[in-house]
Amino acid sequence: MSQSTIAIPVFPGTNCEADVAHAVTLFGGIAKVLYHDETNLEGIDGVIIPGGFAHGDYLRTGAIARFSPIMPAIEKLSQKGVPILGVCNGFQILCEAKMLPGALQKNVGMKFICQETGLEVVSSSPITSRLSQGTRLTIPINHFEGNYTCDDSTYENLVKNNQIVLRYTDNPNGSRDSIAGICNERRNVVGLMPHPERASEEILGNSDGAEMLRSFMDAVVSSRMALPA
Amino acid sequence: MTATMENQTPLHRQLGLTDDELEAITQVLDSRAPNDLELAMFSVMWSEHCSYKSSRQYLKTFPTQGEHVLVGPGEGAGVIDIGDDMALAIRIESHNHPSAVEPYQGAATGVGGIIRDIFSMGARPIACLDSLRFGNLDDARTRYLTEGVVSGISGYGNAVGVPTIGGEVIFDKCYKGNPLVNVMALGVLPKSRLTLAKASGDGNLAVLLGSATGRDGIGGASVLASAGFDETSETKRPSVQVGDPFTEKKLIEACLELLESGLAVGVQDLGAAGISCATSETAAAGSMGIDVDIAKIHLRETGMTPAEIMISESQERMLAIVTPQNLDAVLGLAKKWEIDASVIGKVNNSQRFRIFRDGFDSEILADVPVGALGDGPEYNRPNIRDTQLDDRQKVDTNNILAEKFSNTKNFNNETLKVLAQPTIASKAWIYSQYDHQLFLQTVVKPGADASLIRVHGAKAGVGITVDGKGRWCALDPYHGAVAIAIEAIANLSCVGVVPKALVNNLNFGNPEHPEVMNTFSEVVRGTSDVCLASSTPVVGGNVSFYNESNGVNIDPTPVFGVVGTRESIEGKIPGVAFNEDDVLVLVEPMSAKSSGSGHVTLAGSELATMFDLRDGMAPVLDINSSLKTCDAIRKVSYDGVISAVHDISDGGLVTCLAEMSCASSIGFDVAIESNSETTLALFGEGPARFVIGVHQDDLAKVMKEFSDPAISATVIGRAGNDRCKIAHDSDLAVDLEVSEIKEIWSSALSQAIHQ
Repeated sequence: MSQSTIAIPVFPGTNCEADVAHAVTLFGGIAKVLYHDETNLEGIDGVIIPGGFAHGDYLRTGAIARFSPIMPAIEKLSQKGVPILGVCNGFQILCEAKMLPGALQKNVGMKFICQETGLEVVSSSPITSRLSQGTRLTIPINHFEGNYTCDDSTYENLVKNNQIVLRYTDNPNGSRDSIAGICNERRNVVGLMPHPERASEEILGNSDGAEMLRSFMDAVVSSRMALPA
Repeated sequence: MTATMENQTPLHRQLGLTDDELEAITQVLDSRAPNDLELAMFSVMWSEHCSYKSSRQYLKTFPTQGEHVLVGPGEGAGVIDIGDDMALAIRIESHNHPSAVEPYQGAATGVGGIIRDIFSMGARPIACLDSLRFGNLDDARTRYLTEGVVSGISGYGNAVGVPTIGGEVIFDKCYKGNPLVNVMALGVLPKSRLTLAKASGDGNLAVLLGSATGRDGIGGASVLASAGFDETSETKRPSVQVGDPFTEKKLIEACLELLESGLAVGVQDLGAAGISCATSETAAAGSMGIDVDIAKIHLRETGMTPAEIMISESQERMLAIVTPQNLDAVLGLAKKWEIDASVIGKVNNSQRFRIFRDGFDSEILADVPVGALGDGPEYNRPNIRDTQLDDRQKVDTNNILAEKFSNTKNFNNETLKVLAQPTIASKAWIYSQYDHQLFLQTVVKPGADASLIRVHGAKAGVGITVDGKGRWCALDPYHGAVAIAIEAIANLSCVGVVPKALVNNLNFGNPEHPEVMNTFSEVVRGTSDVCLASSTPVVGGNVSFYNESNGVNIDPTPVFGVVGTRESIEGKIPGVAFNEDDVLVLVEPMSAKSSGSGHVTLAGSELATMFDLRDGMAPVLDINSSLKTCDAIRKVSYDGVISAVHDISDGGLVTCLAEMSCASSIGFDVAIESNSETTLALFGEGPARFVIGVHQDDLAKVMKEFSDPAISATVIGRAGNDRCKIAHDSDLAVDLEVSEIKEIWSSALSQAIHQ
């Protein structure tokens, strides 16, 4: 099978696009960085919405980005079952776009936090398929608004459908039930606050994120096989 | 000053110009008195901050040459070659006065300003480091300033997408009324994209990109940066600019795309003196003239006077010089990145800088020779050594402290107290608020001796450090500057990096005080001596005078940002953390070992400061043997034959060992033999001294690297277990649990902030 092409949308204010592109290339994919006015996603096998400050995080993180022309195209792909991953600001955007339930509010300590953070794998998903449940990882977080919140019925659904993908082992931001990452019911859209791409090479002192990104590339390949050519 | 008095003061004096300066301006204008607009522009451009009128004669003496130097001082940023057709742009700048008035915005716009300097050269900004100075944290306002500055750096730097990968902070009472916020930035560029801010080509257009111009930051350079502080400083708040990192991020992308696609002849950032400076300087640099149509400048508010528009320091603005053929493409790019753009001027051959009211056939509001604004006066201010210095240097701080502790055998309490000093304690509370990992480049993260990054597209690794201990320069400006520069080089050597370029931010008091000018010139001399001996040219810098509050000057505080390279980023990089059973070796210049050399001293040390002992002589270094020691450390670090290395810096040997212990959670058992007192042996400070951790099997090989007679290497003990033990001349001076040390060192800063 040919290499998979991963779209990396860039909104004004996005800043992790080059990092994600680097990681995609590292794990065998073709990275295609697309500006947010792009509406044609033909030939795209997977999407990673990178971190940053889309539209300056003005109004509310992700609140303006959800209206960008590229978003309906991404949603359409997600409906076909194409794997979509949102990292940090990408997670916030996916929540605002209602492609994932819940919201991310300011950290409990009211400070930006950039540090290595302990995680535990809770369920299998496009980013955890290579990792067994209960696996402990250390991945950096880098956010001011990473405190996951949702109403009780949403939370009960998340638990019931096994949609909680990752939990913090030492909840750094006050997230409900220490949630660090979730997926949608169909399990092809995933959002997480930690940055696996920042922990995917030995030279950076941590490669715990490599298996997460390899899992995602696996998911992209499976989705391509399942989709009509 | 009352309103009536203000009215009686001539305008030029209100704007900070002297009578002689007014006379000089009149001469430049062929005996015509400047009008109010011209006067306003001259007042800012001829301010100390913009014109370096007191410092220029000394700055000229810095060594600035080097084979690898592509751009030296005087441009937006210094640029050096790092191989593989890649170059590095480096710059440091202060935002002291704005931060003292409004800490969040002051620091934020300091970050924004320096980042614009970097991308104006065609370089992508990839890293910032901050050097911060505050008063003691027992003061509530200092805590407010500290939290505000850190939040400002975090809020702006993270959002603009430039990681803050290192820095340093010192708390000392001399900065209580006048904190220092120095920001250093690095950018990377393919050599082919190097762009200088030059307006060439008759008929080319000046396009203003970015934010609308408002009344924020009017006179920031002249009002704030070029005068000291007193109780009226609060009223200067309107002179502080407000930052918008989102607009800056879009400007970065737009300008880099502009330069990458060859659409701009030159790009210049708008900093101090705003549009007047950017337009006149680019035209002067290209030996051209420029006409500006003031009506075309997009404004944030109505009713602004021409003078306000021309000297406004509104943030996030850039000036691009483009050919008429490329204009549409440039405007298209601006539209793509959602930034405003207006054609505000035209380059011509007139050698004049002219401002028009509304269209190039309308009233001329100002007309001056194009170079005049940038060609400010140069002063040879009185320069006299402070006579009190001789008496202060005679004070034997080592002896005072030795006597204070003459009956003390156990220094556990003093060790814990030193480790709990905010200057010494872990700075994780600060750097965990900064994105320090963006761009997947940070190989050695904040909290180490120097930061180390890989540059995508280049083989070399780049090391960066920023250092500046004012206390030493207060005791002796020449030796203090030497010690700081060596300290920076020592930090780089810990990560295996050869120094390649130095930028300095010279923070001093009032240059109208002759003893301040003397400390300034002595610091310049000391810096130059180390730069020459280490082949580290000065590629840029910034001078910040008038750092005084209520007539009291800060300690002279030169801050040196030193950048260097290692041939390859690959390979094992020893950290601060040692391994269980490592042999610990103290490596220092032989000259530091002999007692009485003055290399290691308690004068200016953290221990002395705790007792408010502020006299004595700064460390006196033998430059050559200090550099040789750094060279040897660099080699063993680069070769990866050692497992750990840490330089002995603030807080002395005890602190160095304790920090290595905190990093590894492993204890140590060390014995020091010396003929000096325990206080000096444990807490004495002086750069180019290191502790390394070596595996027993590699010890002989490593020791051979220190065979030069200028270098001393002594096995002092071993790492291991969970206790930190230091014996001095067979008395057990320190015996503490690792966990106790770690708890105090890790939490002291956060506790001091939240007291």
